[in-house]
Amino acid sequence: MLNIRLYMAQRLSAMVMAPLVLGHIAVMIYAVQGGLSTAEILGRTQGSVWWFLFYGSFVLAVSVHAAIGLRVILHEMTGLRGRWLEVFTCGIGVLLLIMGARAVLAVTFA
Amino acid sequence: MSDRSKLLEVSVWRGTGDEGAYETFQVPARDNQTVLDVVSWIQQSADPSLTYRYACRVGMCGSCAMMVNGVPRWTCRTHVKRVLRDGALQVGPLRNLPVIKDLAADMDPFFDKWIRAGGVHRPSRSRNDPIQQVPPDDPGRVEANKGIECINCSVCYAACDTVAGNPDYLGPAALQRAWTLYNDAKVEDRQAVLDSVSGAGGCHNCHSQGSCTRFCPNELDPLSAIAGLKRASARSFFRRGE
Ligand code: FES
Repeated sequence: MLNIRLYMAQRLSAMVMAPLVLGHIAVMIYAVQGGLSTAEILGRTQGSVWWFLFYGSFVLAVSVHAAIGLRVILHEMTGLRGRWLEVFTCGIGVLLLIMGARAVLAVTFA
Repeated sequence: MSDRSKLLEVSVWRGTGDEGAYETFQVPARDNQTVLDVVSWIQQSADPSLTYRYACRVGMCGSCAMMVNGVPRWTCRTHVKRVLRDGALQVGPLRNLPVIKDLAADMDPFFDKWIRAGGVHRPSRSRNDPIQQVPPDDPGRVEANKGIECINCSVCYAACDTVAGNPDYLGPAALQRAWTLYNDAKVEDRQAVLDSVSGAGGCHNCHSQGSCTRFCPNELDPLSAIAGLKRASARSFFRRGE
């Protein structure tokens, strides 16, 4: 249930995610090691275009990547195909995008 | 030393279409005996109504493949001794294909996909053109040669878990054929080959589990052929922007 476009979308989104995951882990370790408080963290992320772009592109890539991955699993486990499979794929993508966007906005908008 | 009194416990799938069950037969054990010999003995000496398929008996025609103790194998070249489990043998029709009767699987889906994957040779020259020279050490030829010993036995297709989960998936044999054509200097329209394996059931569905390469009786490597198709189609995706 993957054509070349979905395949490329999944691979390319993985390539975007890989460095962002490493960046995210590095930031977490830094924050914990340095003993940053919530207020200090928010002080740095809120109003920052860079953090917005960093986590914004992460959320975009995750939404694309996970929606396609779950589509494959669902199809191979249940045999679901056709329109409902498309609805499921888009639904998961939009759901992750909304959830992720809320989180990103919450920490980057002052 | 041959032990003429020894018996093998052989359970064989009997039934038509979706219905059926395993039936057990006692078959005389021989020193040298293939799984196909065992099935033939049952048909000739125990139950003439047993349906199965074979032709060459030397591993060339690809018609005798069956599930042997749960594993797809070419039965004419599989020695019973190598696959016996506690003196018993279970023989069933190939996995991932509909059953016609007993051990004869319906090969239509397998060959239909072969055609859907563009497996038909489309010549780039007519009979009036001079014969195209193909140097044997040309890299494309070397790559194509790796897949040409396929005997269409469908063992890889039966072994493939992706086929089991996704019935539209073209499967290892058909995709390996497409990769052979893609590398064949005599095929002009390479893009057409890539297009026919880039749809919903195409090469991109492969999870690289590698059962095809593991079980291919001719020791071919469909897994690498499919990886080659993925790479080639990804390159063409960037070139064409779609
Ligand atoms: S009978 Fe021809 S390959 Fe086994």
